Amino acid sequence: MQSEVQFAGFGGQGIMLMGQILAQAAMDQGFEVVWIPSYGPEMRGGTAYCTVVISDRPIGSPIIRNPQHLVAMNRPSLEKFAPTVKAGGVIFINSSIIPIGSGRGDVDELCVPIIEIAKELGNTKVANIVALAAFGTRSRIVEFDILREAVRSKFADKEKLIPLNLQALEEGRKAALAS
Amino acid sequence: MGKVLMKGNEAIGEAAIRAGCLNYFAYPITPQSEVAEYLSRRMPEVGGVFLQGESEVAVSYMIFGAAACGARVFTTSSSPGISLMGEGISYIAAAQCPAVFVNIMRGGPGLGGILPSQADYLQATKGGGHGDYKLLVMAPASVQEAVEMVMQAFPLSEKYRNPVMVLGDGLIGQMMEPVEFPEHLRTEPSNKDEWATNGMDTRRSNQRNLVKTLYLVPEELNAHNLMLKAKYEQMEREEVRFDTYNLDGDYQVLLVSYGTMSRVCRTAIDNLKAQGLEVGMVRPQHVFPFPHKAVYEAAARESCRSVLCVEMCMGQMLEDVERSVAGRRPTSWYGKCGGEVPTPEEVMQAVKSLSLKS
Repeated sequence: MQSEVQFAGFGGQGIMLMGQILAQAAMDQGFEVVWIPSYGPEMRGGTAYCTVVISDRPIGSPIIRNPQHLVAMNRPSLEKFAPTVKAGGVIFINSSIIPIGSGRGDVDELCVPIIEIAKELGNTKVANIVALAAFGTRSRIVEFDILREAVRSKFADKEKLIPLNLQALEEGRKAALAS
Repeated sequence: MGKVLMKGNEAIGEAAIRAGCLNYFAYPITPQSEVAEYLSRRMPEVGGVFLQGESEVAVSYMIFGAAACGARVFTTSSSPGISLMGEGISYIAAAQCPAVFVNIMRGGPGLGGILPSQADYLQATKGGGHGDYKLLVMAPASVQEAVEMVMQAFPLSEKYRNPVMVLGDGLIGQMMEPVEFPEHLRTEPSNKDEWATNGMDTRRSNQRNLVKTLYLVPEELNAHNLMLKAKYEQMEREEVRFDTYNLDGDYQVLLVSYGTMSRVCRTAIDNLKAQGLEVGMVRPQHVFPFPHKAVYEAAARESCRSVLCVEMCMGQMLEDVERSVAGRRPTSWYGKCGGEVPTPEEVMQAVKSLSLKS
């Protein structure tokens, strides 16, 4: 069994971090993982995306044209990648700034206003963690407790940020369960 | 330390430190700049040195200088940077100094692009600099293998007193994968007192060591080249390394591929198997010395109808594959350039388009 997740958005939205936390959690759960960033000649504020491949066997091709799932953090990313997602996958949409849907009838679409949720928590920077939690809850790729531990370990050297990020995780999970 | 999730470039830097290399000279270039970024922080922590050269040419001579003094030393760069180092590499090989060069390849020629490529195969295995010299060239296909190869590269370079190159494509440097660092590095006792300019006080001897590359007497230079050639022949006897995939059954097509490209081929082989077409693969882990015998024997298997060399360039390793197969089977190439990494589907298509009549 193999699943692939494409994370995509603007530079600065924490796209790479989301992918790294998911990859860490999947590795901790015993899966084989590969995390691949886009590293084209990007400009500040330009696009940023990464792919995480999770498998129960050694991973062959790390290059994925048709991912199982998509986490779209801005509209251009949704428009670009939604058509590539495999049928039956999850498409997560940051509905705070994406006013449209994926236009796909064969996927599980999840829309969460992550920026508003993060604002209520007091810091819009954790919007990516809200999104990761919501996506993780819906896709069930990794166990939530392991995802929580991965967040903890990612912020191990910035300890004072841990409570806020754990709160963001909880709110993201609630939002996914409620929708 | 257990298993950690690490970016290839950072893992390469850490592997060098764990191999006891405390001297790193480099000049930044995408897609391997994270090695320098990582080591600029890590080297001071372990009492080592990272010095950024003013150019890759300068870096290659910093490597030469440190290596001539008997220090473990390495550098990392990407294609255009390695071209600039070509002169220094030739000198280091001529002077028989151990050193490790890592090339995280990007698309060329010229400045090319910054995305993954395997277009420096011929440069790495057949030349790059001038004169009759060879590098031992290791080609990792995962971050774990990159770590292991970087760590083995140092003792190998010392065994042969010759530069060793680790040849990875941009993806090997950029992707993150779980890695486990080997606990111990096996090394032979150093013989550097016999040749290095490490100071008579250091080696407590009156022997004068001279590191040089200039031989103006033709007979001397010829003898020097014969001695170097004997070393490369020893590498061909002792350092061939390869991996195989799906070679047990009656495969109709043999793929030869290395690095990231070989992983794409693995997926293609699995998919083709599900469709009823058996395909095998030989993956050179060292591209010099090349596993000629393994490729020949795999190609000569009765069921095999065709050999396909798959690489992210316009057909460079193909020359070695053709030499191995020696006309025994039709041999062709499939690949893409410029940062385009062929998909498993494209490799499958290339395999299916081969004529498989007996």
